[in-house]
Amino acid sequence: MAILEVKNLEKHFGATRVLDDISFSLEEGQALSVIGSSGSGKTTLLRCLNFLEQPDSGSISVRGEMLFDAADPATRREETVREKRLHFGLVFQNFNLFPQYTALKNVTLARELLAKERGGEDKASIEAAGRELLARMGLSDRAGHYPHQLSGGQQQRVAIARALALRPDILCFDEPTSALDPELTGEVLRVIRQLAEEKTTMIIVTHEMAFARDVADQVMFMDGGVIVEQGDARQVIEHPQEERTRRFLAHYAEK
Amino acid sequence: MILTVLGALTEGFLSTLQLFAVTLLGAVPLGLVLAFGSMNRWAPLGFLIHGPEAPAWRQILGGLRPINLVCRFLIWIIRGTPLMLQLIILFYVPGYYLKGGSPWPAGQNGRFLAAAIAFIINYSCYFSEIYRGGIQSVPVGQQEAGLVLGMTKRQIFFRVTLLQMVKRIVPPMSNEFITLVKDTAIARIISYQELIWAGYAFLKGSHGYSGLTWPLFFTGVYYLCFTGLLTWFFGWLERRLDYFR
Repeated sequence: MAILEVKNLEKHFGATRVLDDISFSLEEGQALSVIGSSGSGKTTLLRCLNFLEQPDSGSISVRGEMLFDAADPATRREETVREKRLHFGLVFQNFNLFPQYTALKNVTLARELLAKERGGEDKASIEAAGRELLARMGLSDRAGHYPHQLSGGQQQRVAIARALALRPDILCFDEPTSALDPELTGEVLRVIRQLAEEKTTMIIVTHEMAFARDVADQVMFMDGGVIVEQGDARQVIEHPQEERTRRFLAHYAEK
Repeated sequence: MILTVLGALTEGFLSTLQLFAVTLLGAVPLGLVLAFGSMNRWAPLGFLIHGPEAPAWRQILGGLRPINLVCRFLIWIIRGTPLMLQLIILFYVPGYYLKGGSPWPAGQNGRFLAAAIAFIINYSCYFSEIYRGGIQSVPVGQQEAGLVLGMTKRQIFFRVTLLQMVKRIVPPMSNEFITLVKDTAIARIISYQELIWAGYAFLKGSHGYSGLTWPLFFTGVYYLCFTGLLTWFFGWLERRLDYFR
């Protein structure tokens, strides 16, 4: 069974339709890349999955559990949204690390707050887990640094560790390297590639076509709020079937 | 003579200090409440708007945010009229309408109470706008990052937004604190015996002296020392918060 099932998602901002009849599913351990030009609805899709936006219609289910169904008011209630968000992690384009906390505290804060609320893990074990996550990101020696003391690439890797700390079912990336210099992009992509090899279920919105082709299992091309083409990553990027996809990919080939 | 004057001035200064401290104690938290009120988005008739096609009257009614409106109206009134007027109205007017006469306790206590209430209301309005600016200047991404990590709105405010806001509002708040020290002098309009009142007393005759001008100048020394202390404190606070950006 698919870990994520999205059906007929639709979202309007005022009179503009940003998402139009978006349906797709994702298997556990797979990486899905979402490509498309700015304004195509990629980011809005991720924001809907993370309940930062509420879709106008459609449904989202994870592991068979209906998380959101626009037709069922019970699933739209604000109080339950918090719980549901935890199925997803989100890595932002501009990191959004908490500036007043060290790298380690950024990673552990949310888990500590949850543990305080529900009991369970003690602070020491959360901290140990946080250090281990930072080590996986190659940042063992940066645990005590504040965000402004880190490079963009390091900040983004802390942000990835922070998202992983809550052990989400699906980790979403919203253009994770768009705010980075080319030389810093590599270190972030390496980490995401490593996560893919470890079979982390991921949805990656990206403009890095080569990366999408090599790392993702599936690629989805969006344009004007609809999914134009979707399929095996290599297939879509090297042999796109749709004219619109071809035109979009041509911009990258020229470079 | 000097000892008499210094004693009287110090007494006046303590009254000034008392009003200053109580005003802050009330206005610092009340300002936060007002700030949240003036950012409140609760629109009980929001259901009237469904899609951009709704007619104008439904858009207007549906967009009505009563809490927001009341707070902003209050802030407008309080910031838009002189503190002195507010103080006079609060202290003298109720006595003309209430059956039992003035509701304020007799003597300095009553004057202090009235002054404290007027000052708290007045300063919380100014503080609320500074807070609001501070909160709104924290990038939305901070809030979203908190939400995505399963934090509650309360946790996000206290754990994420608050300190970033405090860092941003230190300079304008230091202005307000220093202004407040000097504004306490306004309370003498209802005969609250603060520092300037104490200094002026020696000019017009008190404690067996009259025509003394230097005590008036000397009140300035008190103000300067105290505002100097505040300036130092805010500088220290700014340096303390310099560890993040």
